[in-house]
Order: sequence, then C-alpha cells, then structure tokens
Amino acid sequence: MDHSHDHEHKETFITKYVFSQDHKTIAKQYLITGIFWALIGGAMSIIFRLQLGFPDMNLEFLRPILGGWITPTGKLDPEFYLALVTMHGTIMVFFVLTAGLSGTFSNFLIPLQIGARDMASGFLNMLSYWFFFLSSVVMFISIFIPTGPASGGWVIYPPLSALPQAMSGSGLGMTLWLVAMVFFIVSILLGGVNYITTIINLRTRGMSFSKLPLTIWSFFLTAIIGLLSFPVLVAAALLLIFDRTFGTSFYLSEIFINGEALPQMGGSPILFQHLFWFLGHPEVYIVLLPALGITSEIIATNSRKPIFGYKAMIISMLGITVLSFIVWAHHMFVTGMNPFLGSIFMLLTLIIAIPSAVKVFNYLTTLWKGNIVFTPAMMFSIGLVSFFISGGLTGIFLGNSAIDIQLHDTYFVVAHFHLVMGSASFFGMLAGVYHWFPKMFGRMMDSKLGYIHFWLTFAGVYLVFFPLHYIGIAGFPRRYYSFTNFDAFNMFTDLNSLVSIAAIVTFCAQFIFLFNFFYSMFRGKKAPANPWRSNTIEWTTPRVPGHGNWPGEIPIVYRWPYDYSKPGAAEDFILQTVPFSETKESNLPHENELIAEEEELKNMKVEEESHGH
Amino acid sequence: MTNENAHTMTGSKETLSMHPKKFALWLFIGTVIMLFGAFTSAFIVMASERAIQDIQLPGALLYSTITILISSATMQMAYHYAKKDELSKIKTFLTLTLVLGLVFLGLQYLAWDELVLNNIYFTSNYVAGSFIYVFTGVHGLHIISALIFLAVVLAASFKMKIHSKSLNQIEMCVTYWHFLGALWLYLYIFLLLNF
Repeated sequence: MDHSHDHEHKETFITKYVFSQDHKTIAKQYLITGIFWALIGGAMSIIFRLQLGFPDMNLEFLRPILGGWITPTGKLDPEFYLALVTMHGTIMVFFVLTAGLSGTFSNFLIPLQIGARDMASGFLNMLSYWFFFLSSVVMFISIFIPTGPASGGWVIYPPLSALPQAMSGSGLGMTLWLVAMVFFIVSILLGGVNYITTIINLRTRGMSFSKLPLTIWSFFLTAIIGLLSFPVLVAAALLLIFDRTFGTSFYLSEIFINGEALPQMGGSPILFQHLFWFLGHPEVYIVLLPALGITSEIIATNSRKPIFGYKAMIISMLGITVLSFIVWAHHMFVTGMNPFLGSIFMLLTLIIAIPSAVKVFNYLTTLWKGNIVFTPAMMFSIGLVSFFISGGLTGIFLGNSAIDIQLHDTYFVVAHFHLVMGSASFFGMLAGVYHWFPKMFGRMMDSKLGYIHFWLTFAGVYLVFFPLHYIGIAGFPRRYYSFTNFDAFNMFTDLNSLVSIAAIVTFCAQFIFLFNFFYSMFRGKKAPANPWRSNTIEWTTPRVPGHGNWPGEIPIVYRWPYDYSKPGAAEDFILQTVPFSETKESNLPHENELIAEEEELKNMKVEEESHGH
Repeated sequence: MTNENAHTMTGSKETLSMHPKKFALWLFIGTVIMLFGAFTSAFIVMASERAIQDIQLPGALLYSTITILISSATMQMAYHYAKKDELSKIKTFLTLTLVLGLVFLGLQYLAWDELVLNNIYFTSNYVAGSFIYVFTGVHGLHIISALIFLAVVLAASFKMKIHSKSLNQIEMCVTYWHFLGALWLYLYIFLLLNF
C-alpha cells in the first residue's frame, strides 16, 4: 500500500522504498498509509450516514462488502453500526490525523526546515513507521473478524470495553484494538523522541529557536504533548487489559449481567475516564497543532507578508500545550463530579479560548491587506481558519459545565469537534500536501482540480456539520442507531437526509484529490526550485533532494523565515539563507548590527565534516 | 553527492552540548515518569473513593529497597573506575550491579509470595492490593530492560570498549539505573504512606 508509488530503481527497492531510513521516504510512507486509512474511515462514515439519513433504505447493495452485517431485511446490523462509529473515530483520530498528519509533516519538514541531513536516528524513525504499519495491520484485521471490531466508542469506556461478554465487539475486536494501540503508542513515542531530539540537537548554523519556522515550533510542541500524554494511555490500557483478561477489578464494580452479579467489585469506571481523557484531551491538540503550524507557514507565504505576531504565535502554542493537560475533566462534567471541581475545569477550559483567539486574530491580521495568492494550499489554510472559528465558538458553550448537561453526548458535540478539530486538521493536512507536494515529488499538483476539490469539500463540510448543531441542541444523542423511533426527533428526517447527501458528495470529492495526487506524482508539471517563492530553507535543496538533503554544505541561516514584502527589498521574499550584508537596502537598524556576527557563523566548525568518515 | 553521502548522517553542528542519544534517553525517562505518575494518580483517585484497609506491606520490599540503593552505589563505582581507566574494576562493579539487580527482582518476587500468604491477590476485589502488584510488576519490567542494557555494557567492558575516552554507553546505563532506583524509592515511599 505504502510503497506502491515507485517502481523505478528496482535494484534497491527494499532499502530505498520499504525499509528506508530516509526521513523523506518515511514521511511519504506515513502519508500514503494515512490516505489509505482516511479512505476507510471516510467510507465507514458514509455507511452509517446512509443509515441515519435514509433509515428505510434497502442496503442490500452493500452485502458484497459487508456480508452478514446486512440483515436479511436489507438493514444495517445495529451492532455493526456501533462498530462503524467506533472504528471511524479510532481511525480518524489516531491513524489519519495523528500518524498521517504529524507523522508525515514532522518527518518531512523537520530536517528540511531546520537544516539537518536526517533525523537524529534514522533507524528509530524507520522503526516508528513500521510499528505504525504493524498497528495498522492489526487494526485492519480486526475489521474483518466474525464478531466485528471494537464497538464501545473510540473512547473505549469500561465496563463495555472491559467485559468481553458485554457485546460482540467487546470480545476479540476489543483485544485487537488494544494490541493495535500498544504498537501505535510505541510508534508515536519513538517518533516523538526523534522529533524533539532532532529539533534541539541538529539545527544548522544560525538556526536559533527564534528563527525557527512556526511549523517546526508546532511539531516540537506536538511531540512534547505526545510524550507526556501517551504514557498515561498506556497506564489506562494496561489496567483495562488486566480487567479483561486477568479478572482484576480496577474499573469494575457491582455489575449484573442477566440478573447475575459479576465477581469483580471495588473498582471505578470513572477512574478510566480520568486516565483516558488525560491523554484524550491533549490528543486533540496533537491533532490540531501541526495543522495550525502548517497554516501559519502557508498563510504567511501566500499573503506575501510576515506572519503577524510571530512570538505571540509561539507563546499561544505554549499556552495551549500547558493548558491541554489541565482541562481533561470537561469531558466528564456529567459523571457526577463535584460541581466545585467542575467550575475549576470550566474556568481552565475557557482560558484556552485566549491563546486560540490570539492565533485566529494573527491569521486574520496576516491576511489583512496582504498581497494574497490563492493557491489551493492557501484556500485550504483559510478554510482551516474558518472551521477553527466556527467550531471554536461552540467550544465556549460546551466548556460551560451547566450548558453541558443538556448538550453532553449529543450531536452538538459531534458538530463541534468535527469542525474545530476534525475538519480543521484535515484541511491543514490537505494544505500541507498541496504546498509541499513539489518538494516531496518534484512535480506540481494541478491547481484547477485543487480549487474544485477545495470548494466541494469546504461547502460539503459546512453542509454536513452545521445542521448537526440543531439536532444536538434538540437533544438527540450521538451514537444512536436510529432516531426515527423517537417522536421528538422525527422532524429531523429531512435534515438528516441533507446531511447524508452532503457527506456523500464530500467523500466523492476526495477522489478528485486522489486522482490529482497520484497523477501529478508521475505526470505533473516539473516543479521549479521555489514554486511559492517561500523563505524557508527546504526550497534551497535540489528539486528532488537525495539522502542527506543538500548536496554540498548545509546552508547557514541568517534571518527569520518571514521576511516577505520587506520595504526596500527588490523581491517580495528573502530566503533565510540570505545574509544581512547582502540586503543593506532593506535592513532595519538592529539588523545592520547583526552583519558583524555573520563572519562568526561562517567560521563556525561544521561538526559533520570533522568526524566525517 | 555520493561523496557527501559518505559522511555521517548526524546532521550539522550539534547545537546542544548533550549527545543526541543521551538526550533521547532523558525523553524516554520522561515518558516513564508519566506512566508511573498515571498509576500513582489512579491510586489516589481510587483511594479517595473508598477506604484502604491497613495491611502489612511485605518485609521483602524493605530488603529490595536496600538492595537497589546499594546497586546504585556499585553502578556509580563502575562509572568512577571507567573514568579512571581501571578496566578490571569496571567489570567487577558492573557484574556486582547486575547480580544485585537480579537479587532485587528475586526479592520483589518474594514480596509477591508474602502478599499471597496474606491473602492479597492480584485478582481480588481489593483494588488497592492489585495496585501493589501493578507498581512492582511494571517497575520490574523496566528493571529487566535495564538489566539487558547493563548486560550489553558489561559485554562491551569485556571487549575493553568502556574507558575514559568512550563513556557514552556506560553513562546512559548509569543514568537509567539511578533513575529506576529513584523511581522504586518513590513507589516504596508511596506505598508506605498509603498502607
């Protein structure tokens, strides 16, 4: 799946395309695997949208794919509906928007944008991908077993997930889910250790933290969040595994099945929720921060303006990083927690609105009076900002512990997080692909197809998720197989049909992207060296960089990455590698003082040559 | 191009004075801290909801604590002699540490035996008791990983590869070993305070 895209150089196929230690190849492996998962996750959502939008529809035509999960009367099996919802969530959150997004762009951009030959450890990096691949294989197999995949929701709350007899998906499906997640966490931790070490240790001469592109800052903080939060999921999952297979009672107490009491006593299912959401909430930012970083870079480049508030962007990302660890209980307002504790978590939650708003205003002020170039990547970045605003606003409602009593576990929540985190991050990922495709494959993607893809997806996403707010405010719970059984919700049949149709159109629009992606990979126009006239140093590499990225010495960095449209300068961009001594006409007074330090940078010993070999 | 590729892939000038592998080890230690932070926090959340019976902690835990503290000292001695190039003493103290590590694991196992004698089982309805097994068990797994690392370093010392000019490997091993010792001390004190 992930290495099918290249058939040249047969002789070195295995080392070059399969077990490669080159960060660029590993990034592409992550991307292709992520795309594969996105298609499966998306197709799952279409199947359950068919059930929700057209409850009377005969789904007999899906029997070739779903087999026994279509009942003899041509309906979707209700248990399988739950499995679909669970797997859609798992796949999208972990496999697409964590591994597919962060794995792709952290791997691809970190060495290229900080000026390194490769990651600190190419071997661990390769291991990281193959653990992800192994995890993918296990998760993929779990979809096809007779008892069905895990079905207790992507949050796998016990007791449903802790008792194999609870439902068919809680048996082998849940076990495979846990096994896959163990491999996945190993992959994330290996990757994260590598990203952080590389950013701290291997920056090129002159690349101080204050000259790092915001993409790198976001990958850096994402990796830190991952390292701190995923071990907690390990703890939660380990105790769950003990409960499932060894008969401990960490999460179980006073449970009756068919009138018979289970022996396990003394545990608490709420304990799992605490542990899970201590990962789960930071995970939201693991998904979102890389997308925001990519957007910062693309918006500044295509507005031909310096990013507004570079330091404010970094500080707000730091703020989000810290806050992400102390708001988890806002997922648990209705678990009967102490209302005073609820108020504290509400306060902390609402404080996140501040760094988020800082970022939004900085995007808007960067766009303001910019000389905007509407590349497809730029469209998707602006789309991200739009989703971030409309989804973020509903977050202010949900973060309120009183309003949450009505809205908890309704479609309002579904609409909120699909906009602010799902669609926004997905747009960040697409923007990144459109923007860095020329560097990945040396060719341009077709921009006309890109625009069509953008408008269909953008309109489609709003048509899908906006109506869901109304259904949610009316109180309709998420994860229900059918809403037509309730008189109170019958009036939403039309709205649900509209949502389903929009979802199908949006899903189909992604095939335009797929065609564009694979066609351009082989037949696209050859990319110029710096197609977007961008400042960052990945554009100083050859059209298709080899292993080691720069053929000669790694360039020295003299300035920050956002010198766009600098007054006095001849061009509207100045690469990070251009010294101030060559741009006297546009230098600011304090920059002229930096000229003296340039000689020092040039004379700095390059260590790779000393212990060369 | 090929000429360039022959160079190492360590990238350009290291901007941090710490060796990348050592730095990565510290990051790994951070994840282990979070793991045990989660376990002990889970214990605290659990304990806030229901009373914990006063049980006698196994006596073996005291001896294992003393053992691992001594092993930290012997590990430090091995490092000390590595810096002084006294190769035979490196081997002695590394072997000593390895043996003490195995003794530690044995004592932890005896502690489990004692718990069973006191009718505290891993799979019981007494969740606090199950937690003792989780703390010791997961910590033990980390000790096993450290012992494997230690064995690798010991093998290197027999090949005369550990000396004052080549300290990276032993330094990382020392760091990890001290950390696991400190982690156990934390867990032991945590248990003493809660039971």
